Amino acid sequence: MRIEEHPILDFDRGEKITFFYNGQEVEGYTNETIVAALHAAGVRKLGASPELHRPRGLFCAIGNCSSCFMTVDDEPNVRVCVVKCKQGMRVEEQNGRGVVRV
Amino acid sequence: MKQIEILVVGGGPAGLCAALAASSLGAKVLICERDDHPGGQLVKQTHKFFGSEKQYAGDRGFQIGEMLLEKVKADENIELWIDTTVLGIYEDGIVTCEHDGEHVKIKPERTIIATGAAEKFLPFPGNDLPGIYGAGAVQTLMNVSGVKPAERVLMVGAGNIGLIVSYQLKQAGVDIAAIIEGAPKIGGYLVHASKDVRSGIPVLTSHTILEAYGKDRVEGAIIAKIDDKWQPIPGTEQDIKCDVICLAVGLSPLTELCWQAGCEMAFIRELSGHVPIVDDYLETTVPGIYVAGDVSGIEEASSAMVEGRLAGLSAAASLGYGKEEAPELQKAAMAELDELRAGPMGERIRMGLEKVAAKGGAK
Repeated sequence: MRIEEHPILDFDRGEKITFFYNGQEVEGYTNETIVAALHAAGVRKLGASPELHRPRGLFCAIGNCSSCFMTVDDEPNVRVCVVKCKQGMRVEEQNGRGVVRV
Repeated sequence: MKQIEILVVGGGPAGLCAALAASSLGAKVLICERDDHPGGQLVKQTHKFFGSEKQYAGDRGFQIGEMLLEKVKADENIELWIDTTVLGIYEDGIVTCEHDGEHVKIKPERTIIATGAAEKFLPFPGNDLPGIYGAGAVQTLMNVSGVKPAERVLMVGAGNIGLIVSYQLKQAGVDIAAIIEGAPKIGGYLVHASKDVRSGIPVLTSHTILEAYGKDRVEGAIIAKIDDKWQPIPGTEQDIKCDVICLAVGLSPLTELCWQAGCEMAFIRELSGHVPIVDDYLETTVPGIYVAGDVSGIEEASSAMVEGRLAGLSAAASLGYGKEEAPELQKAAMAELDELRAGPMGERIRMGLEKVAAKGGAK
């Protein structure tokens, strides 16, 4: 859910776009990070750990901790907490280390 | 290879102030910032600052960040590279970074490391579930992206960050189940704690989190009271339903570059981890490498800004700039730091800095 009214802040979200999360269409904004758009859509699980396959989510939101790795347009290990939404991008849950498709 | 007089690593409050100070004496500066929007953690801070006017008291954090950024952008001596992650610093002083998707080498005459800090974590079963967020992440979602981070939050830690983020969450329409704190008393300023208490948030001191549970995401947590040896007291467990557990349990300095550069380091508990040994001018034991802000010990943005100014002045002065005015300005910055660290809340920092001095630091 997005915050529409805030006592102190105005949000400049940019243009509304759509992208794909695990093949499903999701709404986002160009000034928003991928993880913010997913969070607004109710998505918390972003992937699974390499060995025990435990669910993984956001932790630091500043590109420091690598807990939010997802595969974006076939590129694995994208820190979706610092990458902005783009029209039509394909964002996928990543299980483990991720695979580079050639 | 990019040549520059002074390289500032990190565009947070310390880095921006370092660049402005160095430039004010005439030095040419390059700032490398990892994010696409400089300002560091100021960008997400909606609370008003204290201190004196010199440290922008009365302004909100994000406003201070914007103001510093505008000054930097208008400054002809300062070049600002955003989306630029510094990767390494080598024996010959060469710094490498990723800039615009390219691997770029920089050869600075002086380097100011102002990389800030990272959030600490807590060990407990289930601590890796989605929905266990650092307090900074919650602030980013809520105050930068404008996304409601949760419906109901359990806040862990009653230091300033835990207290501030709790009432910010409340402002954003999020329910706070409780703020829990392991210590027997609230760590942060009373003015922040009062806001939480007034808005009806329970603050439970001498409490800890035993575990988080949920399938694929946080659904709740078990908390318990602890005794004076920090051991959980059986029978005091409570089941708290929440969808986010927010960890506000402190920060550690981000010192990777200091280690790699060969700066002498020391573990100083009061400064929240390993920190570089520095002299009064914030120069490390590696000549030409300075530090400023949380990387040299966890404090507040106010002191980070003054440290930045001091490091910037010192680096520029060491290159021969501002021979006349630099000593006075440096002295003024040192006096401001002393002022900020005076009083009971600064006691821990003063103790930490004394330990740094004892290890051959401040001269």
